[in-house]
Amino acid sequence: MPRRRDAVVRRGIRHIGRAIAEQPGMFTLAFVASSLYGGMTVASAYVIGEVSGRVILPAFEDGATTAAALTLAAVAIVAVAVLKILGILGRRLFAGIMGYRLQADYRRRVTGQYLRLPLSWHQRHPTGQLLSNANSDVEAAWYFVAPLPFACGAVVMIGITAGALFLTDPLLALVGLVVFPLVFVVNAVYSQAMSPRMRRAQQLRAEVSEIAHESFDAALVVKTLGREDVETRRFTRRAEELRDGLVAVGRVRGLFDPMMEALPNLGTLAVLLIGAGRVAEGATDAGDLVFIAYLFTLLALPIRAIGWVLADLPRALAGFDRVTPVLDATGETRHGREVAAAGAGGAALGLGDVGFRFDGAARPTLSGVTFEIPAGRTVAVVGPTGSGKSTLAGLLVRLVDPSEGTVLLDGVDLRALREGEVSGQAAFVAQGTFLFDDTVRGNVTLGADHSDEEVWAALRVAAADDFVARLPEGLDTRVGERGATLSGGQRQRLALARAVVRRPRLLVLDDATSAVDPAVEARILDALRAADRPSTVVVVAYRQATIALADEVVWLESGRVLARGSHEQLLAEVPGYAALVHAYAQAEVAA
Amino acid sequence: MSAPGIGGGHLAEHREEGALATLRRGLRMMPEFRRGLPATFALALIATGGRVVVPIAVQQVIDRGLTGPGGPDLDLVRNLVLLCAAVVLLTAVAVYRMNVRLFRTTETALAGLRARAFRHVHDLSMLHQQGQRRGSLVSRVTSDVDQLSTFMQWGGVLGVVSLGQLLVATAVMAVYSWQLTLLVLGCFVPLALAVRVFARRLATAHGVVRERVGDVLAAVSESVVGAPTVRAYGIRQRTAARLDRAIGRHYRAQVAAQKVTAAVFVSGEFVAALATAAVVVAGVLLGLAGDITAGTLVAFLFLVTLFIAPVQTASEVLNEAQNAVAGFRRVLDVLATEPDVRDPAEADPARARELPHHPLGVRFEHVSFRYAPGARPALDDVDLEIAPRRRVAIVGETGSGKTTLAKLVTRLMDPTEGRVLLGGVPLAEVSFASLRERVVMVPQDGFLFDATIADNVRYGRPGLTDAEVLAAFAQLGLSAWVEGLAEGVATRVGQRGESLSAGERQLVAVARAYVADPDLLVLDEATSAVDPATERRLTHALDRLTDGRTTLTIAHRLSTAERADEVLVVDAGRVVQRGTHAELVDAEGPYARLHASWRRSAAGDPQQAS
Repeated sequence: MPRRRDAVVRRGIRHIGRAIAEQPGMFTLAFVASSLYGGMTVASAYVIGEVSGRVILPAFEDGATTAAALTLAAVAIVAVAVLKILGILGRRLFAGIMGYRLQADYRRRVTGQYLRLPLSWHQRHPTGQLLSNANSDVEAAWYFVAPLPFACGAVVMIGITAGALFLTDPLLALVGLVVFPLVFVVNAVYSQAMSPRMRRAQQLRAEVSEIAHESFDAALVVKTLGREDVETRRFTRRAEELRDGLVAVGRVRGLFDPMMEALPNLGTLAVLLIGAGRVAEGATDAGDLVFIAYLFTLLALPIRAIGWVLADLPRALAGFDRVTPVLDATGETRHGREVAAAGAGGAALGLGDVGFRFDGAARPTLSGVTFEIPAGRTVAVVGPTGSGKSTLAGLLVRLVDPSEGTVLLDGVDLRALREGEVSGQAAFVAQGTFLFDDTVRGNVTLGADHSDEEVWAALRVAAADDFVARLPEGLDTRVGERGATLSGGQRQRLALARAVVRRPRLLVLDDATSAVDPAVEARILDALRAADRPSTVVVVAYRQATIALADEVVWLESGRVLARGSHEQLLAEVPGYAALVHAYAQAEVAA
Repeated sequence: MSAPGIGGGHLAEHREEGALATLRRGLRMMPEFRRGLPATFALALIATGGRVVVPIAVQQVIDRGLTGPGGPDLDLVRNLVLLCAAVVLLTAVAVYRMNVRLFRTTETALAGLRARAFRHVHDLSMLHQQGQRRGSLVSRVTSDVDQLSTFMQWGGVLGVVSLGQLLVATAVMAVYSWQLTLLVLGCFVPLALAVRVFARRLATAHGVVRERVGDVLAAVSESVVGAPTVRAYGIRQRTAARLDRAIGRHYRAQVAAQKVTAAVFVSGEFVAALATAAVVVAGVLLGLAGDITAGTLVAFLFLVTLFIAPVQTASEVLNEAQNAVAGFRRVLDVLATEPDVRDPAEADPARARELPHHPLGVRFEHVSFRYAPGARPALDDVDLEIAPRRRVAIVGETGSGKTTLAKLVTRLMDPTEGRVLLGGVPLAEVSFASLRERVVMVPQDGFLFDATIADNVRYGRPGLTDAEVLAAFAQLGLSAWVEGLAEGVATRVGQRGESLSAGERQLVAVARAYVADPDLLVLDEATSAVDPATERRLTHALDRLTDGRTTLTIAHRLSTAERADEVLVVDAGRVVQRGTHAELVDAEGPYARLHASWRRSAAGDPQQAS
């Protein structure tokens, strides 16, 4: 246990060092400002002491004062305050900028990794985790930066105070030597006591949120079975655990706060006790006593900043530990230097002994897949659930690389092609469509240069022109986050239009029309075939209508190509194929 | 589900409400909060009282201990210091007790609020009408309350203590010198007036930051959820640019907000310095006039810092309070929203009726429904009767009103006009307990909880043993399937049932409905493709489930319509055709057209489709 504690402290200090090393300029500015603030805080106490000793007390003793003395006192107080204010402004602003820059910087780095790392890496990490890595974890990692310069300034201030104490009166300095280390000890104990309790509260918060998410998602089931009370009890149980967890956090904080307040107060009283004796001995004067006593009351707040930083470090480390694996992840997709043949018609595809295995999977998803697709052909990939169809579709456009064998586009290995070549030649529409929070036009063109006529033509092919025309702002209508304002079928059709507008030489559709009405689907596929420059189309399909459109069918079972040929051929020759197609037909027609 | 763009039920909104009004409204809704509050305030008074002890000690030491008439009186100083030390320690204990009490009451009150809001959300119809707004409802019982709790953990305490300190410091200052007190207050009047402006500025700045956070979240999700699309279309640069822009805008909003915060904070500091300088000048002049002593003046300077500290704290707290109050308002707005459908048993248990215990007939009497006033009716004057034990398939295009029909039968919503009767009893008079026991809906996605298969089935009838769950699967002809699973009914289904295939999730949902043993079943058929083996099991299980029960199925497949006793064709909110499959196929009308398109797609003859 003690060793782990040491490790946290050591790692915490290293983490602070990292923050400073990444933003040295801002840190220096904030630190200088904090030091100015600290110095001026001490100075303001000194000024009050001097004003008491040189202006107030003599005035009361002599029964007279001068306008000059009073003016000087007032100007000194205000001038010191103005400098102190500059210190505060600088500290807050530069510390803020430092923290925000670190946040923004790490968000860019993390999301840069998301964009750089291969899809296989994405598949290994849950979406929710990746989202919180880039958001809350990055924020947690640098949250302590805001009070960091303040805390460093406080350290300086304590140094100045100690110096001032020794210069004024060594005996009084001893009081400081007791009080300040005590403040550090209390702070350290506090952050040690807090971190496990904070972690538990955080965990419980996540659990409460999980229940709420699940329960609200299940609303129809909950309501139609009349289980609202059961759900509320389930939620309340966890909410009460969270309450207890938060009260436990509060108990520690509730003890810490008054201790941090009492310590400087007790210090002030000790100064009075000892100082009175010293004044009586004539070793020091009343003005110095006031200065030192005042200083102690002023120190209470900055000393706490040290506590804020220390208390936040465990959380920061936890956040940073979650971000690091993302930043350290390797496995970038490598690209070659080849340029794809720029033909006018469809692309020719060749798969040579292609195998694919997910990381850690016992069995390969695909093995020994070999076939060729001549340019301009339409091929349907058919197979039972889990036969590897989607994986195959992803291999064709290099979403993933095969574990074995090669995928050739016009005779060139996809891995040998330059970056951007594959996506320039091929378009892919996935089963789950993804729309960007952008306009309809933006979602179709994806920033490429297409005229409105081309966009409308693509929408027409995808049977999306009617509904887009009815949208309030047509092509300029924003579709909301992930296309939330559209229905599933509409989203799929926009995704299709996105593929079509690029006039790809290879079009891969992975069950991309599942939410579209059969009649509309037929219209879309028809239009694709009737294009003046037919591309090579590979379509993962369930419906007979889709399959029947293909020139050739590839029958996939357990990751292997067991047969290929025309629909009729396979129906006649492959019992598994006939059974599957028949079963789907049964399900849909029950003929 | 419902037609796109139409959403029923909106949350009550009090965006313009002032912070104090929100607090008052909140206190009314959190009775736990008021419990034990007087004792907490008594402790707060002691706590703040303790804070002025040290300045008083300084004054006494200077006036009486050091510059007293008989020279330095060290005994007096010692006694004073010891007394004050005792008071300081007592204060610390009082603050600790107060903190703990405050944390406990607020956390208890917030836990209660959270639970009530959670329950209330389930009573609202928004959950099943607007899927995309679920996230915002979740945040109202999670992050909004969390924010409130975080604020109370420090801001609330600071607020109470600061307020007390302000009052006590003012009182003690007034005792020392009323003239100087007026002077200090005079200095702070402009600041107090400016606070409202500051608050508005801060709220605006932080509002912008929150908005930008949302944009960043959306942009990040593009790089994660949209990962395949980004790669397939080679738009990494574009996505990176969008991210960069969102992150940059967020950063700039943060810096802008920080500027406002810092400016607000130092304005207090500046006023404090002015007040101190004014006190020195005026104090000396007053002293020369013989009104105050030197010790009083020095003590007064200490008191001014005690007075300033809470003012500065207040500006900090104010900052956080803006966010907390906004969150509080959002939670309270949930509670202030009237549920569209109410349990008659809640209003008057004696008058609520039970459904008769036999298969239920369904009757719609001139039923119309609009999702919003003035909107196109989703159902338009539907008048129909369905005999008990009939298995009816409802077909129609997306947005035709078939889902609305199902929601009205299950009383997820009430009709805008007309009424629905089950077994001759008007639905609005049936107690929820009876309604939910006798009428069960199997939704399209067959939602499963992250638990075992047995637990999910038991959700339909709590208290069933594993053996009884197994028996239910056997009766549905699903024994072989269950036994084929790694751990049988003890198999965990994962989040939202994701360890199972879509078809398998449906099987569990059917079993759940089966053990609930309803008299009226409403099935919303899944559209997703299911592998043939599961499809056969599902068809068989559904036959068993619907056997002898009145069943309404929202059908997406021809096979379902064919097997039904009767087919209702819904179009633009009206029932346009009704009859058996065989009758309707031969009749002119929408069903024949729908049928033709179904057949074509299944038979694989796309050429005729266009």
